[in-house]
Amino acid sequence: MTTHVATDEKNYLQEGHTLASWLLTKDHKRIAVLYLISVSFFFFVGSIAAMMVRLELTSPRGTLMSNETYNKAFSAHGVVMVFFFLVVAIPAIFGNFLIPMQIGARDLAFPRLNLLSWYFYMAGGIMFLIAMMSGGVDAGWTFYTPMSSIYSNGQITLALVGAFVVGFSSIFTGVNFIATIHKMRAPGMTWWRLPLFVWGHYATSLIVILGTPVVAITLLLVVFERVAKIGIFSPELGGDPVLFQHMFWFYSHPAVYIMVLPGMAVISEIMACFSRNKVFGYHFVALSSLGIAALSFIVWGHHMFVSSQSMYQGIFFSFTSFLVAVPSAIKVFNWSLTMYKGSVWLASPMIYALGFLGLFTVGGMTGLYLASVGTDVHVTGTYFVVAHFHYVMVGGTLLAFLGALHFWWPKFFGRMYPEGVAKWNALLVFIGFNLTFLPQFVVGWLGMPRRYHYYYFAPEFQVYHVMSTLGASALAVSLIVPAFYLTYSLFKGPKSPPNPWAARGLEWEAAASPPIKHNFHGVPVVVGDVYDYDAEAEELALRGMTKEEA
Amino acid sequence: MNFPFAPEQASNFAVEYDTLFYLITGFTVLTTLFVFVLCLGLIIKYKRGSGKPEDRRNPMHHNTIIEIASSGGFLSIGLFIFVWGAKMFLDMRQPPANAMEINVIGKRWMWHAQHDNGVRENNELHVPVGVPVKLTMISQDVIHSFYVPQFRVQFMVVPGRYTQMWFTPTKAGKYNLFCAMHCGTQHSEMGGYVYALEPKDFAKWKETGGNRFQPKPELPAAAGKQLYDDFMCGSCHTEKDNQRAPSLYGLYGRQRQFTDGSTMVADNDYIRQSLLAPEGKINKGYESMMQPYSFTEEQILELIEYIKTLGTPIPTQVAGGAQ
Repeated sequence: MTTHVATDEKNYLQEGHTLASWLLTKDHKRIAVLYLISVSFFFFVGSIAAMMVRLELTSPRGTLMSNETYNKAFSAHGVVMVFFFLVVAIPAIFGNFLIPMQIGARDLAFPRLNLLSWYFYMAGGIMFLIAMMSGGVDAGWTFYTPMSSIYSNGQITLALVGAFVVGFSSIFTGVNFIATIHKMRAPGMTWWRLPLFVWGHYATSLIVILGTPVVAITLLLVVFERVAKIGIFSPELGGDPVLFQHMFWFYSHPAVYIMVLPGMAVISEIMACFSRNKVFGYHFVALSSLGIAALSFIVWGHHMFVSSQSMYQGIFFSFTSFLVAVPSAIKVFNWSLTMYKGSVWLASPMIYALGFLGLFTVGGMTGLYLASVGTDVHVTGTYFVVAHFHYVMVGGTLLAFLGALHFWWPKFFGRMYPEGVAKWNALLVFIGFNLTFLPQFVVGWLGMPRRYHYYYFAPEFQVYHVMSTLGASALAVSLIVPAFYLTYSLFKGPKSPPNPWAARGLEWEAAASPPIKHNFHGVPVVVGDVYDYDAEAEELALRGMTKEEA
Repeated sequence: MNFPFAPEQASNFAVEYDTLFYLITGFTVLTTLFVFVLCLGLIIKYKRGSGKPEDRRNPMHHNTIIEIASSGGFLSIGLFIFVWGAKMFLDMRQPPANAMEINVIGKRWMWHAQHDNGVRENNELHVPVGVPVKLTMISQDVIHSFYVPQFRVQFMVVPGRYTQMWFTPTKAGKYNLFCAMHCGTQHSEMGGYVYALEPKDFAKWKETGGNRFQPKPELPAAAGKQLYDDFMCGSCHTEKDNQRAPSLYGLYGRQRQFTDGSTMVADNDYIRQSLLAPEGKINKGYESMMQPYSFTEEQILELIEYIKTLGTPIPTQVAGGAQ
């Protein structure tokens, strides 16, 4: 397929310059840009909270803030990063922008619902910001009862309602993706020709629409108990505190996959493009996303091994957790083998993808300590767990997010960023990340509980905290740098060709960069297989040869 | 075997725990190295436009044997870890019958312990080396978690129900006691130390009244009897069943039948529920007449100790020592 777009045609960014043309848009691409701006803002807020926590922990007695402020800082970090960054970022920005283009559609199935989802996101986000500024929340992002429902002061109710509202934004997006993928594929775009990016988002959307209502109900029940004193979770009112954990983790463990499956979806695209190869074991990778989605609903009890659930329940959940580890592990091998007989191009998106592979491997493997019910006992509730899920969530989702941002930046805005700086920065992210979180495995194993403000009773922990804070500082720098050069590129960056990576897929081959309002002229017809790269021919071409000559 | 900077191994679980922990660490390091070497090798060999052209004919896009073999291999190692971990957990959850019992109450933001001879301590726990210790735990407010890293044990302390954990200290010393479940403002300072003493030191500590050196600590059962008398429980719960209330003599551990047809063995949780919310479980043949009482968790545990003694001779001496 060739690009058949006249150069003088308006792209989606040029279709109206008024504020109303953005705030009332029904174009999935513009909504994606709205999400990009607002998600970046919340990521910045969450990062500030993280830096407050890290700086405070350099000293065993703390120096900067009170216990209350510390508790509010780590709670704000958790809530903002989970509910307003990790769950939302890749689906709402990249899924929104790319799924219609990758399947050959003009838009998502329900454009108005798509816009509404952004308003729900903003409404929930603003509620949480008001909650933060008018007293804050000190119960952690997990809102365990009866602390959240009875004992905690502060703006818990408003924060919970904010999280409840933002949940609907996810549900709207999930419904939209499922309907779009089922009904709006272009002629010839069969299920087995779908890019793995689409498969990953399909599995994610299933989890979202099945899981999010449960957590929405749970958070609402906490609000009922807090406001109306209806006894559900608090034993003083006749409730059961552990019931909350069951209901909360029934969503929140699958939510881990809501956060990481879209990241995996991005990695599949980047590995294929920058290896100039089909993703190794395409069918396996696609089906494993669905397998992970299904299994993710029967592992929640592994958050509760020492919560007083029955020991046999503990063993059951331990077993299922080992099962869900397998498809994730095999995906890592598949992505690595994608480079076999490929033509590996170490551009900045690829460096992020390789960083993802390394960090996600460590994150996944350290999950084994926690899935094994016996070894979990000593490290649960410690920095070991903190390090583990940051390797998965930051090492996984954040690196995939940055990889996606660099890969599709020219598609979004038609501009190139300084590739040399971007490459070195990707390396800095990797180093800063490891320096931040490797010491946390050690200090957790030594027994440092998470959410501790002071640790003067165990001063041997300090060296690890200082290392971690140094790493976090490097990580912070490596996140500020792209904010600058990407913003710079919007105005001064060189114009990008329509397909700067010579990538395959409808979004690159059949559309301009940036795309026109309706993505394509006419309806594209798909004839070939997905990831139709030919590494051999490309390598020969670099040496001025064709296959026949060689 | 233990590494120099590793946490101390001070309980019966520590050595086995660490063995499995190091095994998983070995597996993790090897797998990570494998992925690293695999990627590095493929990058070097197949880097775009480098050196002489590699053979890229007949690229391999899938290989069912590799997929199944690697899935199976990974799963087998995983299941081995699972079985070992599950076995260890079953040990941790089942205290031996001869374990020494200590009651622990968590509240924001302190730990309170009651020994069987009435010795009490706050933010400290004294235990004998070589003797299995079983903790019966409950929270007065929010969820806490009782965590002793050097023992490799942790379990949550929940309001509204008793939980238990056990360990046998193997080495005399002073160990960290942490609350590992976020419980509010002073969460990080809700802790103290566990002192593992040689049995004779422990016996002496306990007999001489613990930290406060009380000359004659009051037995929990005696404190419970005082409460029982103060609240005139005996005016309804007489020695024999009567029309108003069933007898509490020989109650503990006996099967009870309720008006809704359900049955339950009278244990700590049952007695606690019957004090705080008696209308929930009415014995068959009776009507709901008792009012709820709001005792503290300490008082409830004392009443339970007293009810245990009903129908048996009340011990008159202060029990002491580790035996």
